[in-house]
Amino acid sequence: MGLRVLRLFLYQRELTPIVITIGLFAYFTVRAGSNFTDQLSLSSAAGYAGPIGAIAVGEVLLLMLAEIDLSAGQVFLFAPWVEYWMHNAGLPIVLSILVALAVCGGVGAVNGLITVRLNVPSFVTTLAMNFILYGLVLIYSSMAQASPIPLSDGSGFSSKLMGTWIWSEIGWVLGITIFGAVLLTRTRFGTRIIATGGNLIGAAEAGIPVRRVKVWSFVLCSFLAGLVGIVDAVKYGSLDPGNFGVDFILYAVGACVIGGTALTGGRGTVIGAFIGAILIGVLEDGLTLIGVSTNDFYVWVGVVIIFAMAMNVQFDRIIARSRGT
Amino acid sequence: MSTQPTPPGTAAPEPALEVRGVTKRFGALDVLRGIDLVLHQGEVLGLVGDNGAGKSTLVKILCGFHQQDEGQVMVGGKRVRFNSVGAARAHGIETVYQDLALIPQLPVYMNLFLGHELTRLGPLRFLDRRKMRDLSRKYLDDINVHVPSIEAEAAQLSGGQRQAIAVARAVRAANKILLLDEPLAAMGARESRLIIDLVKDLAASGRISIIVIDHNYAHLFELCDRINVLQGGRITIDQQVHETSLQQLTELMVSSFRQQLEGVPSAGA
Repeated sequence: MGLRVLRLFLYQRELTPIVITIGLFAYFTVRAGSNFTDQLSLSSAAGYAGPIGAIAVGEVLLLMLAEIDLSAGQVFLFAPWVEYWMHNAGLPIVLSILVALAVCGGVGAVNGLITVRLNVPSFVTTLAMNFILYGLVLIYSSMAQASPIPLSDGSGFSSKLMGTWIWSEIGWVLGITIFGAVLLTRTRFGTRIIATGGNLIGAAEAGIPVRRVKVWSFVLCSFLAGLVGIVDAVKYGSLDPGNFGVDFILYAVGACVIGGTALTGGRGTVIGAFIGAILIGVLEDGLTLIGVSTNDFYVWVGVVIIFAMAMNVQFDRIIARSRGT
Repeated sequence: MSTQPTPPGTAAPEPALEVRGVTKRFGALDVLRGIDLVLHQGEVLGLVGDNGAGKSTLVKILCGFHQQDEGQVMVGGKRVRFNSVGAARAHGIETVYQDLALIPQLPVYMNLFLGHELTRLGPLRFLDRRKMRDLSRKYLDDINVHVPSIEAEAAQLSGGQRQAIAVARAVRAANKILLLDEPLAAMGARESRLIIDLVKDLAASGRISIIVIDHNYAHLFELCDRINVLQGGRITIDQQVHETSLQQLTELMVSSFRQQLEGVPSAGA
């Protein structure tokens, strides 16, 4: 019985953060009561979790490839700017969104191609891309806030869908989580990601186009971040050129780790990353409500990340040591 | 496959594989200096040579992992150039690599179908896991390879089991040429026997032509029709197994090695 439970937690990495999240939820409900469980509070938890989750879903794919995308947070902020500029230039809304998404995909392609063709570590490629995108926003926005964003001041269905409904952003994130999870666990592309991340040379020897797999994963990561970035901008109704995307990335990588993804490649879960993001959102919202300062929040996030990573590493060791049972 | 009519008077079938003057250089290192090699239809060819002689490099060129600098490779009489492992596979060439090329995090049955995943129709190419499980179970049973479970991750297998899976994968998928780079290296006696029988069965069927690299001459003499020796980046000896003995082959190798040393102008000291 005990062994079976251990095995369940070993192979279903999402279970640990689910248990922790439920525990936190129960704790804050007891401490803050309906203040915590009312719609406003829960939607603000979802508001914290949304951007983190959106970036974490794509980031899991890259972490599984033993790569990383540090620019995805900036892409998240960059996408609505592109949409805004395109719309101001006279493009219809739908077209300006499509152009923005294409640009995001292109940023991912550049990240990927530089990484696999020039052999620049993705940590460096995407760090540089982060600064480039940040600079582009500062230059072309003339450092002025933008408001309103297309769709943000409407009340029609498309506005609600694209962000003004309080649950729409987290809904999009849930959608891309399901998409990412299906992609990773049920498709040939997902198998290729696991293979490439688990044994790069072996995968190449077995005929898997490892470079193509990596480039497409970078494209996907940027695309998904940009998509939810646009929704996020519509939600808030304004764009701030001074926001810096690396903050999001740090939380997103934290969410991936909390969710059970090791940074060594080959092992990870998209659903876990989503739950990791929810955990961070619940923690931030809950601590705020019970009157704990933001400073404490950072300490707690750090503790949770270290705890989760230590578990991941130990779990991997146990799996590697167990001889087929 | 060949659409060219056979010229009159040439009754002999084209070799399964022919290599002419293939060279490969890595930086300042001349690994292959002009390989000429023929693999006949249905033949098992042993390839021996010292460590670093270039055996694995040759295999990696034939399977599309590396590309040669010069020279030609012909499959079934047709000149080919493989830019990827996938391109070689499309010509029916499968390989067992020295490092086995298994993915530790994937279960046995997924490793068995790695690069040949069975998918359902549709743009997303959903995996047909049930079919892969069923076929894996049946296939491993047929060839007497035993693993704790086809669901076990490759990381959980013993060295010999891993090797058996790697060989089984290539044997299952090969339909013309099979390249085996030290397929028996980490194996116990029972597992070696299993693999040797597997390869012998395959060879007896006559549909597959096989190149085996191994350091164990007893295995090679049992498996192979012919043995080629690779020394200093060239094939120096080409012997039919039934016309030679282990002792003769060893003597040939030693004298060829001497010739090579004498052929080279004394280097410095």
